Amino acid sequence: MATTTEVSSTEFNVVGTRPIRHDGTEKVTGRARYSADIQLPGLLHGRVLRSPHAHARILSIDTSKALDLPGVKAVVTSADFAKPSGRVSDLTEGAIHNMGFMANNVMAGEKALYKGHAVAAVAATSPHIAEEALGLIDIQYEVLPPVLTLDVAMKDDAPVLHERLASLANPGLRPGGLKDDDDTGEATNIANHFVFESGDIEQGFKEADVVVEREFDTASVHQGYIEPHAATAVWNADGNITIWCSSQGQFAMRDQTARLVGVPVSKIKVIPMEIGGGFGGKTIVYLEPVAAALAKKSGQPVKVTMSRTDVFQGTGPTSGTHIRVKMGANKEGKITAVDATLAYESGAFPGSPAIPGSLCMLSAYEVENARVEGYDVVVNKPKAAAYRAPGSPASAFAAESVIDEVAGKLGFDPVDFRMLNGAREGTRRINGVRLPRIGYMELLQAAKDHPHYSAPLEGPNRGRGFATGFWGNGTGPASAVASVNSDGSVSLVEGSPDIGGNRVALAMQVAEVLGIAAEDVKPAIGDTDSVGFTSNTGGSGATFKSGWACYEAAHDIKRQMIERAAKIWEASPEDVSYTDGVLTHNSDPELKLTFRQLAARLNATGGPISGRGNVNPRGQGPATAGCIVDVEVDPDTGKVEILRFTTLQDIGKAIHPSYVEGQMQGGAVQGIGWALNEEYVYNDRGEMSNSSFLDYRMPTSLDLPMIDTVMVEVPNPGHPFGMKGVGEVAIVPPMPAIANAIHNAIGVRMTSLPMSPGNILEAIWSQQEDGKA
Amino acid sequence: MAKKAHIETTINGEQVEYLCEPRQSLLEVLRDVLEMTGTKEGCNDGNCGACTVVMDGRIVNSCLVLGAEAEGANLETIEGVATPDSLHPLQQSFLQNAALQCGICTPGFILASKALLEMEPDPGEERVRHWLAGNLCRCTGYDKIVKAVLEAADVLEVKG
Repeated sequence: MATTTEVSSTEFNVVGTRPIRHDGTEKVTGRARYSADIQLPGLLHGRVLRSPHAHARILSIDTSKALDLPGVKAVVTSADFAKPSGRVSDLTEGAIHNMGFMANNVMAGEKALYKGHAVAAVAATSPHIAEEALGLIDIQYEVLPPVLTLDVAMKDDAPVLHERLASLANPGLRPGGLKDDDDTGEATNIANHFVFESGDIEQGFKEADVVVEREFDTASVHQGYIEPHAATAVWNADGNITIWCSSQGQFAMRDQTARLVGVPVSKIKVIPMEIGGGFGGKTIVYLEPVAAALAKKSGQPVKVTMSRTDVFQGTGPTSGTHIRVKMGANKEGKITAVDATLAYESGAFPGSPAIPGSLCMLSAYEVENARVEGYDVVVNKPKAAAYRAPGSPASAFAAESVIDEVAGKLGFDPVDFRMLNGAREGTRRINGVRLPRIGYMELLQAAKDHPHYSAPLEGPNRGRGFATGFWGNGTGPASAVASVNSDGSVSLVEGSPDIGGNRVALAMQVAEVLGIAAEDVKPAIGDTDSVGFTSNTGGSGATFKSGWACYEAAHDIKRQMIERAAKIWEASPEDVSYTDGVLTHNSDPELKLTFRQLAARLNATGGPISGRGNVNPRGQGPATAGCIVDVEVDPDTGKVEILRFTTLQDIGKAIHPSYVEGQMQGGAVQGIGWALNEEYVYNDRGEMSNSSFLDYRMPTSLDLPMIDTVMVEVPNPGHPFGMKGVGEVAIVPPMPAIANAIHNAIGVRMTSLPMSPGNILEAIWSQQEDGKA
Repeated sequence: MAKKAHIETTINGEQVEYLCEPRQSLLEVLRDVLEMTGTKEGCNDGNCGACTVVMDGRIVNSCLVLGAEAEGANLETIEGVATPDSLHPLQQSFLQNAALQCGICTPGFILASKALLEMEPDPGEERVRHWLAGNLCRCTGYDKIVKAVLEAADVLEVKG
């Protein structure tokens, strides 16, 4: 049973209702077109050749035999792409991506840095011919020892991936980079090593009555979107390029591709196809520049697609991590000190989410004395990509497990202990930034009040766990244009791809402002020539920032509609009021026009009306989530069954509650998969040995119960409707909540993910051994 | 390259002929030869159910069937589920229950669910979860999908 806990309530007409999504019919009838659904005359099919080695120098590439195969129209290698700089000194503070590394990731240069690293690509008249041609490309490799674990990578004498990798100490510069030519520092795999500190941890630990210290490991997991990557490109003789692809941001695809093929952004139009899931993994290019380069070389349109194995081996995943947490607390239940070290694998190129992971770890708490040290480390695995609240799930697994243990040792209820330490408005995060109004305390209260929390749980090997999580949420530039149609509807063109229902949530914000029905707004996602720049659908930001652009566009329409009515009535705009979609003359209430009536008269009374919104809004609020989970552990097989699951989230205000619940449920279930089954399994050559959906085990419907949701509505003061981002944070607490539930069930503290049957059995046996000893 | 085969089959009640290479899967034929892209590819190895179609009354992963095997078969794809002027109750229920987010798995889920409800008009939650275990959804956590199927079963029963 889904519930909503409202802290204060504002009256809305459209916001908070549950209209049918505008793109729904297309999606349930198979008519919606996703990235691979584009068909063009003369279309060629592209495939990418990938390195069979995790670490190897590329000595030579001979493509002649492939080119001789009938039906093959073009072959490209790194020689066919631009070479943007990868040097730190060419980056700016706060840079998200290092374009030199991105170019190298899209097509390997001197070295192949992970198994699955793209090394060449072919375009042919059929996908089967393209695949055959891949086998005819002759590449000579010098195989190098792979660096597969954080332990090995961080050793002084470890083989290095990048001879000129800069070792930074800068939490403001996430993507890492190469050293300047005159820098003679030692070679390393540590791309970034940073420390956040507050207070005095020595003093804090002295004041503690209980201190717990543990180390945790988490395996890489994949975003697991069901739609594999695909990109189709045409490169015309006049230098204009059109790309059809699905992504979390058509403008990011345009801008990144422009850098990687060496043309100005104005030469590329990216047409966003429907996106079949992204979860952070479709914010960077993989195939778009390859399709463009093949299209240029062949002179024909080219569609490049990935197999599921390509997706596992060549894209995503999130970082594997090793995290140590030491926490002290006193008898009154106050955390007195935390000392933590977090190491994140970034994959073949720098830029893991070690920084957000470190920043989020303690952000839901008031901790006066803390030291959080982070490492960003390159290893011979695919470059880590964003995945839902990047970095936070691993750090929360560690911190929330330790909190559970500390609370247990001190005899506190897990929710009560968090209430004693919980962050409020004004609490400083470890980087010194103060939190705005958040709903963490209200969320904890809602958990405590929920019937699940106090329901009896009987039977052997059953346990209940609780944990919470924090995510900062993001914003960014966004654009929208809305045009009034003569039948009283509004056509909306916005810039955020619809990853899970944000189209309807954006249309609803226009409808709310104009006092019309959500169904009377027709939302569309513009291509890069049809709408202004809009940053990625990411950071839980699309419904916030593009929603704000839509809000501004609707207000722009409203203002012009008032002016138009005033003109018709020969009055001044101040004499006209606009309420719930009706325009009224203030001093002559007989004069009234509905939105629809006025819309029909626009062309005859001065011309059409469009509104625009171009924003980069502040005011996004951070998000917190919690979950209550009941498990049963089979002590003979190690299998964990989820008996009951409740996810709670501090959501601001739900624009479309069904899709907010959907984000909460989807995030929770991805967390359950991460907790119990999912992992990249590598052999000692760095080959992923489970790169199919059969062996990489994502949750199925049979593995799960219904996922109960509690939306805690504490309005975000930074937004006109009180909303904030809701997409990511629900993935953060399930791993520690399940670990805490397992501990509650069988008395075993799990410190590594996944908590798969084998790992659970090992932990049980190891505890039994310790008991004997 | 082996010669293309000439295949006659029935898709959504219509007689269809196509040429296909012996190595082309039914999924490739549907999408690339017939341009019926409502059937989706998620894994191409039978583990995600995105390419589910009904073949002679049974649900199959069309990526695991060869195009040539469809000779004389009776196929149903997502394109044949709605009538020109109304959605199938399952499609309507998916919309009302917000049972899709990105929507890429939705055609497969609708065909699999439809096959279940045609055989068993009143399945319980456990039966629905068991039946749909061959279809992966990464967005929803299945909660709203299961509810949508159970609600559609009720609607169909009242209608039936």
